[in-house]
Formats: sequence, C-alpha cells, structure tokens
Amino acid sequence: MKGSDDLAWEFSNDKPIFVQVSDQIVSGILTGTFKMGEKLPSVREFAIIAAVNPNTVQRALSELESVGLIETQRNTGKYVTQEGSIIEMARKKRGELLACEFLKSMAALGYTNEQIISLLEEAEKGEAKGDE
Amino acid sequence: MSEAILECKGLSKYFGQFPALHDMNISLPAGKIIGLLGPNGSGKTTLIKLACGLLTPTEGEITICGFKPGIESKARVSYLPERTYLPDWMTVIECMEYFEDFYADFDMERATSMLQSLQIPTKARMKTLSKGTKEKVQLVLVMSRRARLYLLDEPIGGVDPAARDYILGTILKNYCEDSTVLISTHLIGDVEKILDEFIFIQNGQLVSYASTDSLREDLGKSIDQYFREVFRC
Repeated sequence: MKGSDDLAWEFSNDKPIFVQVSDQIVSGILTGTFKMGEKLPSVREFAIIAAVNPNTVQRALSELESVGLIETQRNTGKYVTQEGSIIEMARKKRGELLACEFLKSMAALGYTNEQIISLLEEAEKGEAKGDE
Repeated sequence: MSEAILECKGLSKYFGQFPALHDMNISLPAGKIIGLLGPNGSGKTTLIKLACGLLTPTEGEITICGFKPGIESKARVSYLPERTYLPDWMTVIECMEYFEDFYADFDMERATSMLQSLQIPTKARMKTLSKGTKEKVQLVLVMSRRARLYLLDEPIGGVDPAARDYILGTILKNYCEDSTVLISTHLIGDVEKILDEFIFIQNGQLVSYASTDSLREDLGKSIDQYFREVFRC
C-alpha cells in the first residue's frame, strides 16, 4: 500500500487509540505521505497496516471527516481534502502544539524564553554549517 | 441494537464447593473484538467452555444468538481450545477435510491461503509438527469458519512474535460486522490495540466490562496498566 509504511504506527498508553490513529493520519497528510485529493486506504486496510481494531479506525476517520480534512465520495472511498486552507489550518494547529510542548520541556530544564531563542539561533547556524 | 451474540444470566459453575464462576451477568453485542482478561484461575476457560456446551451451568443460563448450547449454537460458534485436539496421525490436509465435513461454514479457500502464508506443509502429519505449528494449524481451521462467535482460548500463547502478529492480523482481516471475537489471554499488551472492549474477571466474578477507548479517555491508562493495578498481588 503506497505511502502507509512511512508512518510509524506506535501507540502510547495515555491517549485513546483512535486519537492516536487520527493524529498519525494527520501527520501523514501534513508530511505528504497522503497527498491533497488522494484516495486513502480503506478502513480495513488501515486496520491491518496499523494493527488496530477496524472500529477504532472508523472512529478516527470520522473525527477527521468532521473537521473537513478528509471527504467521503460515495461508493469510492475516502479522500484527502482538496481545500488547501483546511490543511494549512491543521498544519498551524500541529505547529503550535509542538511549539508549546517544546517551550514546556525547555522551561522544565530551567531555560528562559530569551535563552531558548538564542539557543535556536545557534542551532540553526550549526545546522547550516553541517550542510556545507 | 441487534440481538446479543453471547448472553449470560446469573450464570454459575461450581466444581464441588469451588465457585469457578459465580452469578455472571453479561451481554456481548455483534461486531466486536473483545478481550476476556483475568489472572490465572479466574474462570476464563470455564466461561468459554460453558459457551461451547462442554460444561453445563450449575445455575443460571448462557445463550448464543438466543440458543442454549446445543446443535444450533455449535453451528454458530468456532472454538479454539487451550490444547489442540487434532489427531496425531492425520495430515494437515486431512484435518482440513475433517473440518469441511463437520462444519457447513468452513471456507476451504481461506484455510488454504492462510496455511500457505504461514508456510505450513499441508501434507505433513500432525505428529511431525512442532507445538507452535500445531497451534497455528488449529487456529487457521478455527478462523476459516464463517461463525458468529469465535471463542479463542489463549490463541497467541505458544507461537513466536512474528506468527503472533500474523494471527492478530488474521483476526482483523476476518473481522466482520455480524460476528464477535472473544479472546482470552494474559498477553494483554499484544492484543490491546485490536480490542474494542474488554472483560475483567477475577475469582469467577465480573470485575468490569468496558470499552478500550473509554478506559483511556476516563483514566488515561492502557488496559495493561489497569490490569496490573486491579490485580496487584
């Protein structure tokens, strides 16, 4: 099945599995594993590749459908939305979430916001050097 | 809601004075994969054997799709016992034909393709197969029936991790909305992802029956963690 192997289907203990499945499908959409307007694997196919219950997949997909990230086309299956704005929104939401988590863990280590920003700048320089 | 696939009303089973199951009341719907979980000696196998009609209740009743254990229920139940019962002298293919004769809902094609992907030689005699391979054959036969209720008593205990994944995959692949799969195991971590619901029993009594997602939503815990807490020794 195209692309689906790129996702690492691992689950943590603290969140419902359907939430984690939908998070991972969103990641797949944001990173281009599932492209805009592309057909998604069926519920059963998802269940088998992620090794989770089909009802769990069904629930995850309906969550994504309710926010408009995926669409059902009658008789043919589910597709990633063609609306760039919805995907952009999801990207922004995910980015904000990651940023908040990052700030939280840095604060726990005792960093101030200024220190974090200078650290980020240094890291960026280091990375640029590494690329040369 | 359609009819219950398995229903117990005030079900008890005593072995002499010992209550293996006591006053069990539960109703399992169609279309679910359900874990039957509990410590050793909690009554898991007793419940499964009562559902198969291998044991008779001391009190109360158990029904499958509305039928008491008997010819009608047995046509709808596919049972994987703890130990294989296939005769040693039969070859794998003979075992398949045996099942085909016995059960109207046996799907030969499905069985053949599963045996093929597990690379089990169909001409080999059962006695020449390893313990794990015998268990795989038995499971393939059981899952190749188109039953309403699959009762799997410790289906993954004796097989290697790769085969375990294949077996869980097989359960998912064969899943359909009309049938329910009841899996008894203590390898909770391995089966947790595929379960809709779980039943905890201890000392022959129901401790809880809930959905996997609601446990995580309400308590932020996996079944495995919850199990360790509830049954801490």
